[in-house]
Amino acid sequence: MSTDRRPRSAASRRRFLGDVARGAGAAVLLGAGLGLHARRSAALAPTALRPPGALAEEAFQAACLRCGLCVRDCPYPTLRLAGLDEDVTPGTPYFVARSAPCEMCDDLPCVAACPSGALSPSLTDVNDARMGVAVLVDQETCLNFLGLRCDVCHRVCPLIDEAITLERTHNTRTGKHARFLPTVHADACTGCGKCEQACVLEEAAIKVLPRSLAKGELGRHYRLGWEEKARNQGEALVPGIMDLPDRMPGSGGGS
Amino acid sequence: MSRARVPGVEATATKGWLRAHRFLVLRRLSQLLVVALFMTAPLLGVAVLDGSLAASRILGVVPLSDPLVLAQTLAAGHWPASTALVGAAIVLGFYALLGGRAYCAWVCPVNVATDAAAWLHARLGLPPGWQPPRATRRWLVVVALVLSALTGTVVWELVNPVTLVHRGLVFGIGLTWAVVAAVFLFDLLVSRHGWCGRLCPVGATYAAVGQRALVRIRADARAACDDCLDCVAVCPEPQVIMPVLKGEARGVPPVIVDADCTACGRCVDVCAKHVFHLGTRLVPRAPADRTRAANTVPRGTHRDAGGIRP
Ligand code: SF4
Ligand code: SF4
Ligand code: SF4
Repeated sequence: MSTDRRPRSAASRRRFLGDVARGAGAAVLLGAGLGLHARRSAALAPTALRPPGALAEEAFQAACLRCGLCVRDCPYPTLRLAGLDEDVTPGTPYFVARSAPCEMCDDLPCVAACPSGALSPSLTDVNDARMGVAVLVDQETCLNFLGLRCDVCHRVCPLIDEAITLERTHNTRTGKHARFLPTVHADACTGCGKCEQACVLEEAAIKVLPRSLAKGELGRHYRLGWEEKARNQGEALVPGIMDLPDRMPGSGGGS
Repeated sequence: MSRARVPGVEATATKGWLRAHRFLVLRRLSQLLVVALFMTAPLLGVAVLDGSLAASRILGVVPLSDPLVLAQTLAAGHWPASTALVGAAIVLGFYALLGGRAYCAWVCPVNVATDAAAWLHARLGLPPGWQPPRATRRWLVVVALVLSALTGTVVWELVNPVTLVHRGLVFGIGLTWAVVAAVFLFDLLVSRHGWCGRLCPVGATYAAVGQRALVRIRADARAACDDCLDCVAVCPEPQVIMPVLKGEARGVPPVIVDADCTACGRCVDVCAKHVFHLGTRLVPRAPADRTRAANTVPRGTHRDAGGIRP
């Protein structure tokens, strides 16, 4: 800004102030529209997963510079940069598990590429990544639930028998077989999406969802009696509590 | 202003087409090169430049980051890793020296669309339309920072045509053409020189960075001016020219120091009298001394500027 723009006469001073007001007004007006737009575009499509090490979505929105370096350095076609026509904030990286899951590179090239720390450098072991969590969303179509031995999601899991186990139960339909139910353990699941990609159904019965969508949360005051008991050398937390008779099924009690 | 005169015709006649379009050609090559260098990674497997105009890396080592994007990240409440901070420092240093808005004329891909709109606008003789003050873009910097703080996201990047277009070209992602078309039509039909000249906070940020830039357009031969006003007609920031061009009597140095100048060189190209040239802001101490040696002029422009001096 050069000194030539300083107003000299009263008239030009009035015009100068008018200009300032017009400029600020136009900017605020445009800003209001932008603010509304920002609200709306903060929502992330549930099928869009963030790369390993991504900060929690809210912090990620602030931190990601929208540069695409992580996308460039991902050696697989996994990471994509969002365009304007997607339900993901434009310019931010994401992947869709069903089409290209994270291959869980040991050296985490995506994290190393990130200049801003939106993919946190504190993630050094890819097994600690929590990109989402797999959920067996449809027990009615999962082949293992139907009593077959598909097992594909279990077998492709990079953390087989830790993140997905097959839990053996009785097959009540045939009466004489077992069912091996794929069971995800959220404390080990990285959310890489290999299971969802591999699911043999037309539409995957197991899906990786954002943790916030998939996980329940106990009330903070909840105490699990058996855990407390274990911590209390096998003694009940409140000694001498009255033990009421258990209500048996079918023995009434309804109103 | 009489519409009969088409800016550049006289310059082309006296200097030849190439001379009269030299900066235009160089700028288009530079803008093309910026996109091309970002594509070497996917196309050739060697990353000369990697990432996008929001943040990038030269040869996989030297980080660069856009100051406005970084400022918004900070406003949104994230303290970035040192790579991004170093990157911003390098960019700030570069443009502080070479002229902030040189980014607009030589790097920004949107500039191609807004130049095209301005050209067509002049050809069709359209009315200027909505003309908010040029300071609106500076207010939009403030708005972008405040909104980033309020929404906790890098807010301008939701709509920033500069990075949207660049990312679109380099990563081949959706609706780039729509962004280009929107800016083009805005400048053509809604507001003459509207985007770059009045609204874009990216340009305003780089202007602020380049307040004291060394590289500047100079008008050392302003005495040769024959008042054809072609320069004012082609300049995207015409307000920066007159105070210098006609400032000799008031003792104004022959340097366009106004940071809004994009160093696009259109005035250099279009002037048949060789009034302008690309130089530095260093003003020779002896005011009466108008010899060629007084100027530090890179890239041989000096020769041309001096060529026709009386
Ligand atoms: S860990 Fe590897 S495959 Fe997964 S997102 Fe990062 S770079 Fe891509
Ligand atoms: S490298 Fe980091 S800042 Fe750049 S797009 Fe990926 S997550 Fe965002
Ligand atoms: S003002 Fe903005 S859009 Fe125009 S050239 Fe400069 S950075 Fe690009």
